[in-house]
Amino acid sequence: MKIAVTEVEYVAHLARLALDEEEKVGFTRQLNDILTHMDRLSRLDTEGVPPTYHAIDMKNVFRADQTRTWLSRAEALANAPDQENGCVKVPRVVEE
Amino acid sequence: MGLYDMPINNLNKLIASGAVQATEVVEDVFDRIEQVEGKVRAYLTLNKEAALQQARRIDEQVAHGEEIDPLAGVPVALKDNICTKGLRTTCASRFLESFQPPYDATVVERLRARGAVILGKTNMDEFAMGSSCENSAFFPTHNPWDLQRVPGGSSGGSAAAVAAGEAVYALGSDTGGSVRQPAALCGVVGMKPTYGFVSRFGVVAFASSLDQIGPVTRNVQDCALVMNAICGRDPLDSTSADIAPPDFTSFLTGNVKGLRLGVPKEYFAAGTDPAVADAVRAAVDKLCELGAVAEECSLPHTEYGLSAYYIIATAEASSNLARYDGVCYGRRDEVRADLLEMYLHTRKNGFGPEVKRRIMLGTYALGSGYYEAYYLKAQKVRTLIRRDFEQAFQKYDVLVAPTSPTTAFKIGERTEDLLAMYMTDVCTLPVNLAGLPGISIPCGFKDGLPIGLQLIGRQFDDGRLLQAAYAFEQNTDFHQRRPQLDGTGR
Repeated sequence: MKIAVTEVEYVAHLARLALDEEEKVGFTRQLNDILTHMDRLSRLDTEGVPPTYHAIDMKNVFRADQTRTWLSRAEALANAPDQENGCVKVPRVVEE
Repeated sequence: MGLYDMPINNLNKLIASGAVQATEVVEDVFDRIEQVEGKVRAYLTLNKEAALQQARRIDEQVAHGEEIDPLAGVPVALKDNICTKGLRTTCASRFLESFQPPYDATVVERLRARGAVILGKTNMDEFAMGSSCENSAFFPTHNPWDLQRVPGGSSGGSAAAVAAGEAVYALGSDTGGSVRQPAALCGVVGMKPTYGFVSRFGVVAFASSLDQIGPVTRNVQDCALVMNAICGRDPLDSTSADIAPPDFTSFLTGNVKGLRLGVPKEYFAAGTDPAVADAVRAAVDKLCELGAVAEECSLPHTEYGLSAYYIIATAEASSNLARYDGVCYGRRDEVRADLLEMYLHTRKNGFGPEVKRRIMLGTYALGSGYYEAYYLKAQKVRTLIRRDFEQAFQKYDVLVAPTSPTTAFKIGERTEDLLAMYMTDVCTLPVNLAGLPGISIPCGFKDGLPIGLQLIGRQFDDGRLLQAAYAFEQNTDFHQRRPQLDGTGR
């Protein structure tokens, strides 16, 4: 086994996904299958090979730090599930 | 031939000359949609009123004697992960079921500026994760050539719409083959431009180092016209290349004399349908008949592409999809008044199984203790795959391969076997890993199902692919066949 149910639970927590029991069992089996297939990568000698994070040769891209108009507050909030006084509203985070 | 079935050029000329009104074209396409959409189900959202309004503006311009753009008045469908201001953009996900983007993607802005008429938004695999359109949270799309079969994916709605005459052309997005593979399975042209040629601003991010928007069209000339509209630097996408794109129609010469073709043997490995391999080899012969020269070549790390791709793509996805937390937009499920519970349940209910699976895999591959074994290893293998291509391109101008190892499979056939589904993209995903341009064009049929020919080029040499594709197309008639949707389907 490459990955056990307890690890699946841990990864799900990191990913902020609530899983039900059926999903835990299913993902454990499926991730094992996929990771086993991916083991073939370890057969390759990559000593001294640099990683590619970006396929196109590109240096840092800078622009002038200037203000410009973008979305209005109303536009930015138009899709918010909940809002109050022009702010996005979420459940209380800080204890009373 | 109905108006809905005409090439971009012909339609645009008819509209520009006043012989046909842009509104008539829109009406004709919507008549076609009404006729076949019940069978194909390519669209998630239709936009008829706004489309007619836009068409009327073009007609007014023509009436005033103004010159119009080569894309003006021509109806286009957009994959539903491309943001359209005020027009619902769902990514085929429950999470974004009622999301109304506050801005247009850069490609949409560019099309609008040219007078394009937006028909609606097409179905896809949720968040572009899939190869069959079966991962749409809403419904599967059907292949117009055989309604029992998938259109491919993830841009399956775009490819099916164009093949069925429900759009003159479409845009899709291609992260590992998501434009080329459905184009192959639906018998149309699909192109993934070089990474950085087309702005990604406003396309919902899946794997940012791989994603690229591309055209789906019924012929190569249309593809070149759309490339002219969408390519070019955009300050809003810092990964967009500072390279002036050429006039892509200038490559449509029909001449391939002396063009050097490489045929990578690994792309014909076990699992490739012999009929697909035969059709691709016949296409190579055809190109040689026209003056190209071809020989077999090798891209030795091809077999590692799939694993490297699924690690990199899912790692990037797990990070990109962290934004779906129920705070600023999209779905929210509140359970008790608790922020963590809100995240957990919003994401549980908002994402479908394949999206969750990929978030899990990506989170795992980035996790401490696994980063080196999986993520870093995959990025090193990505270098090896890039080098394979670089070496091949020292000798060849264009590589020729199948787009998909098989023709369209039956709906439900691969949903239980994840690796079989992932293998669907084995010929297309190395191209994304290396940031290269690729195009799929029709090159044959097996039992009435289309076969796609894939051409792969050097970075920013996209025009060369159009040159070879056009020469092949002009000397064959595969692109002229149409699915029979008037009867009961198969």
